[in-house]
Amino acid sequence: MRLLLATALLLGPADGAHAAGSDVEDRVREIASELRCVVCQNLSVADSPSDLAREMRNVVRDQVQQGKSREEVQAYFVSRYGEYVLLAPPKRGFNLLVWGLPFLAVLAGGGVVYLVARRWAEQKPGVRPTVDPVYAERVRRELKDRE
Amino acid sequence: MTWKRLLIPLASVPVILLLAYGFRTDPKAIPSPLVKKPAPEFRLTVFGGGEISLAGLKGKPAVLNFWASWCYPACYEEAPLLEATWRKFKDQGLMVVGVDIQDKEANALEFIQRFGFTFPNAPDPGSKVSIDYGVYGVPETFFVDRHGHIVYKHIGALTPGILEAQVQALLKGS
Repeated sequence: MRLLLATALLLGPADGAHAAGSDVEDRVREIASELRCVVCQNLSVADSPSDLAREMRNVVRDQVQQGKSREEVQAYFVSRYGEYVLLAPPKRGFNLLVWGLPFLAVLAGGGVVYLVARRWAEQKPGVRPTVDPVYAERVRRELKDRE
Repeated sequence: MTWKRLLIPLASVPVILLLAYGFRTDPKAIPSPLVKKPAPEFRLTVFGGGEISLAGLKGKPAVLNFWASWCYPACYEEAPLLEATWRKFKDQGLMVVGVDIQDKEANALEFIQRFGFTFPNAPDPGSKVSIDYGVYGVPETFFVDRHGHIVYKHIGALTPGILEAQVQALLKGS
């Protein structure tokens, strides 16, 4: 019993600290995954093994531990590196084109498909292409010759 | 029927405008949001002892240079220029400060000795100051006026022309 109690005492606070630590780490990872590693090619600060990205993660961790929100940490990095540091461009101003254009393109493509399909549907059924009587006659003759 | 003929040229106008905008901007030139803003405060321990801080420079225009001993050849090209500029203009009130980033102390000291730096140089533990200045790589140089505002940021090795012109502008500025 005494041993159990001692084990519980040993594990208890350690577990608590671990839970709080991993919570911070989750927040750091979440925020860092949206920040661009500025010395890499299309890698986030969370994924990059570079020294600078590691230092940036430490800065994110410091700010999270100071109780700063995701937006506040992002704003800090934007104030230092510009919007380039965000992996996803903010949805405003000129950037809206990036977000809106793919949907507009799909809509426009759908419109074209609709118009073409409607034109096909409007064509009168049973209209056969006209055949030059000279060729028709030749086909008939050659078929007859084969018999 | 005429509107259909105009459809394709008209539709291509916004595409051409978008491309014109995109190709005229240099994707590698990422303007620092810090230019024309107050320089972030820093406090660093200089190699060999002593402290240097932005507050401690008050009233003095400063050239803040981020370097590393492994940054070859760019940092090696501009190092003699920085030392020469410091010697030439220190009596007129110019400060030159070197910030050594992501470096080994022995290599950094060797670099300082090699170029005979006499202006203060300090390591940046944890790259805290570098990140605060939005530094991407080395070398990068910030020109800070006597009011503590960043007036210009240079990425890459400094050239004599740029360094001289920026320092003259700093010293002239009220």
